[in-house]
Amino acid sequence: MKILVAVKRVVDHAVRVRVRPDGSGVETENVRMSMNPFDKHAIEAAVQLAEAGHASEIVVVSIGPKQSNDVILTALAMGAHRGILIEADGRVETLAVAKLLKAVVAEEQPDLVLLGKQAVDDDSNQVGQMLAGLLDWPQATFASAINVVDGGLEVTREVDYGRATVGVALPAIVTADLRLNSPRNAALPMVMKARSKPLAVRPAAEFGVDLTPRLKLEKVSPPAERVAGRRVADAAALVAAISSELSELEAL
Amino acid sequence: MAVLVLAEHDFGALSASTARIVAAAEQLGPVDLLVAGQGVEAVAAEAAKLAGVEKVLVADSAALSSLSPEPVAALLARLAEPYSHIVAAAAATGRDAIPRLAARLDLMPVTDVVAIHGPTRFDRPIYAGNAIETVSSGQAKQLLTIRASAFRPAASGNNAPINPVDADVAAVARFLAAHRTESDLPELSTAQVVVAGGVSFGSAEKFALVSELAKVLGAAVGATRAAVDAGYAPNDWQVGQTGKIIAPDLYIAIGISGALQHLAGIQGAKKIIAINKDPEAPLMKIADIALVGDLFEVVPELIAGLKR
Ligand SMILES: Cc1cc2nc3c(=O)[nH]c(=O)nc-3n(C[C@H](O)[C@H](O)[C@@H](O)COP(=O)(O)OP(=O)(O)OC[C@H]3O[C@@H](n4cnc5c(N)ncnc54)[C@H](O)[C@@H]3O)c2cc1C
Ligand SMILES: Cc1cc2nc3c(=O)[nH]c(=O)nc-3n(C[C@H](O)[C@H](O)[C@H](O)COP(=O)(O)OP(=O)(O)OC[C@H]3O[C@@H](n4cnc5c(N)ncnc54)[C@H](O)[C@@H]3O)c2cc1C
Repeated sequence: MKILVAVKRVVDHAVRVRVRPDGSGVETENVRMSMNPFDKHAIEAAVQLAEAGHASEIVVVSIGPKQSNDVILTALAMGAHRGILIEADGRVETLAVAKLLKAVVAEEQPDLVLLGKQAVDDDSNQVGQMLAGLLDWPQATFASAINVVDGGLEVTREVDYGRATVGVALPAIVTADLRLNSPRNAALPMVMKARSKPLAVRPAAEFGVDLTPRLKLEKVSPPAERVAGRRVADAAALVAAISSELSELEAL
Repeated sequence: MAVLVLAEHDFGALSASTARIVAAAEQLGPVDLLVAGQGVEAVAAEAAKLAGVEKVLVADSAALSSLSPEPVAALLARLAEPYSHIVAAAAATGRDAIPRLAARLDLMPVTDVVAIHGPTRFDRPIYAGNAIETVSSGQAKQLLTIRASAFRPAASGNNAPINPVDADVAAVARFLAAHRTESDLPELSTAQVVVAGGVSFGSAEKFALVSELAKVLGAAVGATRAAVDAGYAPNDWQVGQTGKIIAPDLYIAIGISGALQHLAGIQGAKKIIAINKDPEAPLMKIADIALVGDLFEVVPELIAGLKR
């Protein structure tokens, strides 16, 4: 099968972001950027499917500014075969991202599209589901295991009550959760080799998708600040504190 | 115009989050509550009791027996026309179905809403809750998922009419198996008191101390991702950016460092109590009450002390 994987360049998950004083967004200047962590799990899953002989080609696509090259190279170093960068500056809404990905699907005709379950910047958790809706393909989100069975997939999903297993026919959309696998770190030779793999850079305008945002971003504000409270000396003092909290709750 | 709310349920009972979503949705207009599933009469009867519900719509069919996103989105698309807003909890069913529906209707959804400023203006957290964005929409129809823990529940005592609707939709994915975590403790995402443990417990056997303390307090149990990954707790106990987002009145964190992805899940907690042997752990610096100590000594003493 042929697999398409979508990867996003985001502020590194370990960075504690700061809201800009003017409320226009968060500080992204001079902040470390990297591949969205969930997308690493999506790439790893694709590479494992190829290693197991189930997949013949892995195409990776990213939508964003030209620096998104970095995350495509990371994916190529992990084992993807070919990259597509759809250059778009400024924020692209999830609906537009899904429409651009749909256009890539029309060109590439993959049997499976793998995405992260969410991007750690906007935390939207939408793109995979929207792409599935646009294509009218089955979707299996929050995947923690993927097995190829009878030419289709059995996907174990992380849900509110525990786990659930679904069977989907191909073509399908699967979004990756963190427990799907442990993404590999590409060794230096792979990083060098990645530079010689094909990477097509194409302007978003080529795809005929209207990128005008539907939502207006009015402002970005910091969350309510929490400050340190008091320290108690021992378990007995904590028992007293918890008991008084509980009786306050009961009084409500 | 009216609002259509998709009820969360487990086929036997309405989820506690639904009452909160109904109360939030009432701010947008009169509420119709959709119960989709198979064999959901009891759920519909419960739904009819929620204050603020004008009518309950019941879609009962085999295709909806596992609430897979494909038939749920197809059903919502069919019912969408007269509604100004279509709303679901930011939980598994809504997270899956609302964006899928949005794409079909060519609309941009707003997910994980934590505040409603008007019919088209909403707050949602970004960057693991380290920032809140306020967005407004010029679209004809609003599709929303709402964070239940950010809203108070609607009262009970209503008697809304129950109307069956056409549930003829196709199932796409085959549902193979569910693995439910059995627990007699309260539902984590809406519990008033939550006791949570980290990877520092060292084993599943020792993590049982968390459940023991929770039982004494009538609390729900939470865990860090590290504890879940280590196999000490099931995945649906995970609290944080990629687990459950909770807003209990009291959160007791035991042996939890307070990584920002974990804090993302507890920003709505009213009071935080932390127990950690490291006084410098990030969570100790924001806790309302903190005890520096070894959890293996402190927790048994707490259990004994609180039982009395
Ligand atoms: C003014 C304005 C307001 C906005 N307001 C909202 C809002 O209220 N609610 C909202 O949900 N969104 C909003 N957005 C959109 C949002 O900010 C993102 O930029 C959107 O494009 C991607 O969302 P995400 O990263 O959260 O995707 P998610 O759905 O969280 O990402 C899931 C997966 O999709 C793939 N993916 C996502 N983006 C890309 C990409 N660029 N390239 C390749 N793969 C990708 C990755 O595999 C990722 O793991 C707004 C945008 C604008 C311009
Ligand atoms: C993309 C992404 C998403 C993530 N999502 C989540 C999420 O949703 N939820 C989440 O929780 N994490 C999440 N994480 C992981 C997170 O970054 C942390 O690794 C995790 O929260 C740490 O868990 P912990 O506090 O149990 O472990 P640690 O950080 O290892 O902390 C253990 C703590 O226990 C204390 N301790 C040790 N022994 C004792 C003792 N005997 N008595 C008392 N105290 C003791 C230590 O001092 C320390 O503070 C995510 C990470 C990534 C990259």
